[in-house]
Amino acid sequence: MNIPSNLKYTKSDEWFDPSTGAVGISDFAQSQLSDIVFVELLVEEGEEVSAGKAIASVESVKASAEIYSPVAGKVSAVNKGLSDKPETLNSDPFGEGWMIKIEGGSTGDMMDSSTYEKDCEGRAH
Amino acid sequence: MATIVEPTIFELSSPGRLGVTMPASDVPETALPPRNLLRSELPLPELAEVDVVRHYMRLSKFNYSVDDGFYPLGSCTMKYNPKINEDTCRLPGFLYTHPLQPIETVQGNLVLMFDLQEWLKEISGFTGVTLQPAAGAHGEFTGVLMMAAYHKSRGDSKRTKMLIPDAAHGTNPASAGMLGMSVVTIPSDARGNVDLKALAAACDDTVVGMMLTNPNTLGMFDENIEEVIKMVKDCGGLMYGDGANLNALLGIVRPGDLGFDVMHFNLHKTFAVPHGGGGPGSGPVGVSDRLLDFLPSPLVGIVEGGDDDIPPLYGFVTPKQSIGRMKAFHGHFGGGLVRAYTYISMHGPDGLKAISQFAVLNANYLQARLRSTYKIPYDRICMHEFVAEGSFEGSDVRALDIAKRLMDYNFHPPTNYFPLIVHEALMIEPTETENKDTLDRFADALIKIAEEAKSQPELLHNAPHITPFGRMDEVKAARELVLCCWLPENYETMK
Repeated sequence: MNIPSNLKYTKSDEWFDPSTGAVGISDFAQSQLSDIVFVELLVEEGEEVSAGKAIASVESVKASAEIYSPVAGKVSAVNKGLSDKPETLNSDPFGEGWMIKIEGGSTGDMMDSSTYEKDCEGRAH
Repeated sequence: MATIVEPTIFELSSPGRLGVTMPASDVPETALPPRNLLRSELPLPELAEVDVVRHYMRLSKFNYSVDDGFYPLGSCTMKYNPKINEDTCRLPGFLYTHPLQPIETVQGNLVLMFDLQEWLKEISGFTGVTLQPAAGAHGEFTGVLMMAAYHKSRGDSKRTKMLIPDAAHGTNPASAGMLGMSVVTIPSDARGNVDLKALAAACDDTVVGMMLTNPNTLGMFDENIEEVIKMVKDCGGLMYGDGANLNALLGIVRPGDLGFDVMHFNLHKTFAVPHGGGGPGSGPVGVSDRLLDFLPSPLVGIVEGGDDDIPPLYGFVTPKQSIGRMKAFHGHFGGGLVRAYTYISMHGPDGLKAISQFAVLNANYLQARLRSTYKIPYDRICMHEFVAEGSFEGSDVRALDIAKRLMDYNFHPPTNYFPLIVHEALMIEPTETENKDTLDRFADALIKIAEEAKSQPELLHNAPHITPFGRMDEVKAARELVLCCWLPENYETMK
């Protein structure tokens, strides 16, 4: 399982890159969801979001899930091409699969990679 | 793989072939509607009658139904549907009536609906019942509308939160969401009950109510049900019961007695109305005293009392603060109501109780036979269904592989990947209509499949092998939503 050490993580499996402001879902999340077939981004560029606000809706062949903003701030970019290629979330969750970028977000009590890894192990079968 | 190729009806078409040759017209021709209302490019298939019949006959043989064999699709209650229901719903008196006929000419239909309302009240312990909702989720929406109307009528406008356990059917949050309510998810505890601490933390004066399925989707009767209901009521909330799992409770527990305020029935589950393939559902809703005045209108009632010589006149009545009409006309009359009425009449009170007793016994028998082979994450006496894990330590076999392999043993697979709180879930609901031989054959097959998972995992990964079509490409089906075999000329611009 890939858990980049430069990112911060939430219990609900979102990642946040403090240096770029990018937000996405973790490798663990995509593997639990299995093949992702639909993604809809629910926020637009320029919008203010609060931590915990639903920013995207994702559906796989197994389940559907809401993706929440890990931080509060202003949406500075949206990955518009993602909805046409939902499979990117499976193949490259930390790269091309980024969802939105948020300006001014504070990582607060988000987990670092080693804490998140333990959290995933606790939940994995 | 035994793939049988059946072309689509469009591929079987040949220009100029006819099913019926029409005689020459013996009436004068009239002008067609304006050209912009007509389409000439619609590629309707052209075939002879015999080719159409054979095509659909072949397709029908690919099907698997509850009349073919065991169908343990958890949460769906795929019980056998007695054939007498088919006779009664086709009686001419029911079949050849119109919902706009004067009530004096359809007294039989109205008596049936009135009695069914009364019976459902008796079965559930509620004070009022509407038969209108078209299916379960429509019943939920009806119920949530009444909950909202109740709070509104009291001037209590700050209630916007609906509490829903993480084991709930997905329709519950959807129904609350459709009314603009925010959904608060309540986790389950280690025994599969509502987590009381989390519930206590969520209960406040902004709660509309709670939507609870009991027994829940793990097949567990909530051991703290009275406490749960008390907590929701103490903060002014209403209690919604999802009646999807009523098959476990008939004649044993009445949700109205427990303190629920509103519940939908799934006549197509509990009361043997055929379903599947989007077929005719029926989702009546029962309510307690608190919601009685908010029921949809019209309800069937007695509009003129009778005496020893003259029967009463049945007609339609409107509750005082009714939320209004939920459906054109009166619900799925022939499809749902007549069949359910027949089923309840055929069983009577003792028979209904036996249904639930055998449904629970069958589920527990299967659970006991499978316990040492499959992990049962919430392992206690279950109600009418239980959830097993479809994965094994050190194996890459998944619940989906096991489900597909069951088809090679001529069983319909159980529900899989639901409820979401169980890893690789296989949700098994045998229903009361199966005998011990069938249950044993099914358990034997699942035990054999567990062995195959170790010795020949590829056999599972590539299953099913004996069905007309092998493993479907579910990802492609979900990603490429092209359902027709021809595309309109402007397809690209439609996207």
